[in-house]
Amino acid sequence: MKRWKLFLPLAFFLAFCILLYVGLFLENKTELPSALLDDPVPAFSLPRLKNPEQMVTQEDLKGQVYLLNIWGSWCPVCKIEHPYLLRLQEQGIRIIGVNYKDERSAALAVLERDKDPYVFNIQDADGKLGLDLGVYGSPETFLVDKEGVIRYKHVGVVDDRVWEDELKPRYEMLQQETVQ
Amino acid sequence: MSAELGLFALILASCLALLQGVVPLVGSYSGRLSWMAAGKSLAIGQFIFALLSFVCLVAGFLTDDFTIKYVANNSNSLLPAVYKFTATWGGHEGSLLLWILTLAGWGMLVAVRSDRLPAQLSARVLSVLGMISVGFLLFILLTSNPFERLLPFPPQDGADLNPLLQDFGMIVHPPTLYMGYVGFAVAFAFAIAALMGGQLDSAWARWARPWTTVAWCFLTAGIALGSWWAYYELGWGGWWFWDPVENASLMPWLAGTALMHSLAVTEKRGLLKSWTLLLAIATFSLSLFGTFLVRSGVLTSVHAFASDPARGLFILVYLMIVVGASLTLFAFRAPRMRSRITFSLLSRETLLLVNNILLVTSCATVLLGTMFPLLVDALDLGMISVGPPYFNALFVPQVLLLALALGVGILLNWKSGSIGALVQQVRWILPVSVAGGVVFGLCYASRFILSEVLAIAAVLWLVLTIGRDLLNKTRNTRQKKGFIASLNKLTPSYYGMQLAHLGLAVAILGVVMTSGYSVQKDLRMSPGDSAKLGGYVFRFDGVADERGPNYVASAGVISVFANQQQVAVLKPEKRVYEVRGMPMTEAGIDSGLTRDLYVALGERLENNSWAVRLHVKPFVRLIWLGSVFMALGGLLAVFDKRYRVRLKRKQSDKIDSAQGVNNAVVGVKA
Repeated sequence: MKRWKLFLPLAFFLAFCILLYVGLFLENKTELPSALLDDPVPAFSLPRLKNPEQMVTQEDLKGQVYLLNIWGSWCPVCKIEHPYLLRLQEQGIRIIGVNYKDERSAALAVLERDKDPYVFNIQDADGKLGLDLGVYGSPETFLVDKEGVIRYKHVGVVDDRVWEDELKPRYEMLQQETVQ
Repeated sequence: MSAELGLFALILASCLALLQGVVPLVGSYSGRLSWMAAGKSLAIGQFIFALLSFVCLVAGFLTDDFTIKYVANNSNSLLPAVYKFTATWGGHEGSLLLWILTLAGWGMLVAVRSDRLPAQLSARVLSVLGMISVGFLLFILLTSNPFERLLPFPPQDGADLNPLLQDFGMIVHPPTLYMGYVGFAVAFAFAIAALMGGQLDSAWARWARPWTTVAWCFLTAGIALGSWWAYYELGWGGWWFWDPVENASLMPWLAGTALMHSLAVTEKRGLLKSWTLLLAIATFSLSLFGTFLVRSGVLTSVHAFASDPARGLFILVYLMIVVGASLTLFAFRAPRMRSRITFSLLSRETLLLVNNILLVTSCATVLLGTMFPLLVDALDLGMISVGPPYFNALFVPQVLLLALALGVGILLNWKSGSIGALVQQVRWILPVSVAGGVVFGLCYASRFILSEVLAIAAVLWLVLTIGRDLLNKTRNTRQKKGFIASLNKLTPSYYGMQLAHLGLAVAILGVVMTSGYSVQKDLRMSPGDSAKLGGYVFRFDGVADERGPNYVASAGVISVFANQQQVAVLKPEKRVYEVRGMPMTEAGIDSGLTRDLYVALGERLENNSWAVRLHVKPFVRLIWLGSVFMALGGLLAVFDKRYRVRLKRKQSDKIDSAQGVNNAVVGVKA
């Protein structure tokens, strides 16, 4: 066997490492993997929860920065998050709810009993919008800018820490942006 | 308190590992016996501190200490105690700690048994193991500290363990798999030590072999457990998905299988030395690469729960240092490993070489299939996915060829065989196998499937050649002492080999029958509805709500009848775990050797009716039974007396003779 052939495994390995290195930084994976990060909110046309005769589309949401909060009356953790959302509402934070795979009456009962932190709720009864958003658990909260582009996603309860560390700085930054 | 103690223990373990990596190695070059001997106590110390650290994390889970971030993310006060314990390795940080504990455990075992090795060799082996440990300890300390506190605002309760992991399979699967993965580090360390010494003889192979085999057994069992878990827990009825993370465990297994066989050639014939070393390096590298795949999120997969490029980069750099350095060492030192022994084309050596080529090719096939989407993406050619069709089309023929080579190889002698003798041996076996396959294809089920016919022929071929070899081996003593007595004369390693090969045949049979003849039906069922499938009648008896410790379930009842007799009552469940609000499917399975009845609940439809999926899966259990045979076969081989007898003799004769290879034909001489 020629000597140089013994270096072949090393050469293969190094080429392989280059591939892995490229793969590692191929796309921004620092935030949670939402396929939609920096993409617009997917198109939808769904009824409002309180006034089902009124339809909402992604176009209606544009113009202001908002939090899109995915929740359901069936979701126990959402109940933990609920009071904090009310506090955010008091600070004037715009929260739009997506009532995900829920029964309308049950959802309305929750909002009646625990008060309503949402500007309004989108009724996503069959989970189509949630599917398009890549939701895999609830609660999940998306931060959407004035042009309707998803800029950040938080999976799990939004509490004081999450708000102060992750969401608030971004929320305020996005409010500075001007729409072209 | 326990978290800080755990972290402190981990730091101490790192210090000891660093010393273990340096001191014995320096001693082995400068000839200082006391430095070389230090490896043993350092390895034991490292294990004790790693264990202490692990126990501290377990304590954090059992006491619901949600000030520890990792505990808060992976446990909940409602979680049953046994899952609190297993949640310790339910996330990235903890499973890394388990990995480190396992590595330290193997290091300690080697150290305890190292008295039987030459001082220089054992010092180098322990040093290499120490260096591997250092890398992983730095990884956990710098990027994935499991003891990080959530202060001053600890959450009221934890976010709960992923419901997928709240299961018996998850209790045993990761530790078993890690024992296998990490066990190959020992074979790797032996290979590096041999390269450092520039010397490799059959005594070396005899030391390295049992470690490799044990690691392989664990990996076999670990993969089988993972597949079993996926089968009953994911609710899809599949047992292998060619998922990147599954492939990541299959690749070291294939390379490790090749390594075991080439080690056999190196031990018995002093051949394939540099190839064996390369395989030992490759096998462990693939284990490390598997870790990289799972931890870096470079490929998306159902298993890749912790995706973080910083962690990925760390492992990549680590991989480059470890593998790059070993392959460089290999390139410079391998020429010293030449052997001048020849063998004829028709010999067991050749067939084992064929085995190695097939295993390595299939490993490369899996690697290519796993990495191809990334390659295409990196070259900006778009996104593609490589699915089961690719793997099945390329992998299955290689397995069939492997079975063919296995049968021939078993019947051939070492060194040289004769074509006449071989033909004489298989003159009935070959036609019977082929005929058996065809008859099966014509008679069983309604369809004639060529791949199934070939596979059944391969299974018959394997079983018959194994039986034939058993007759050959007892030929001389059978007449004089009777069959049973002559069977007793054969060594455990011989039985181990045959059992493992039989396991392969059994597993292939299971795969063939399941993939060729399973039937399934998706349908909507209301209480009282019946459906026919594969000779069984499934009657849906309705769904009732039940409460578990941390979930609410809709539990269905389905009675199964065959010939008007009730044969099983299946209880599939749809659970919603309350903390995460995550729905889970628990399949209802009635298992038997010849068939599994498998039912999963889908969505609730109106009027108490449900979407239900029914499966009848013939012989699916054989896949895991075959794996059990393989793992047991490996263990049996390790208990062969020769590993102990030879090791004892070694003490009186410390200097190895490089020419000693020809004396090494031990055990069963064919």
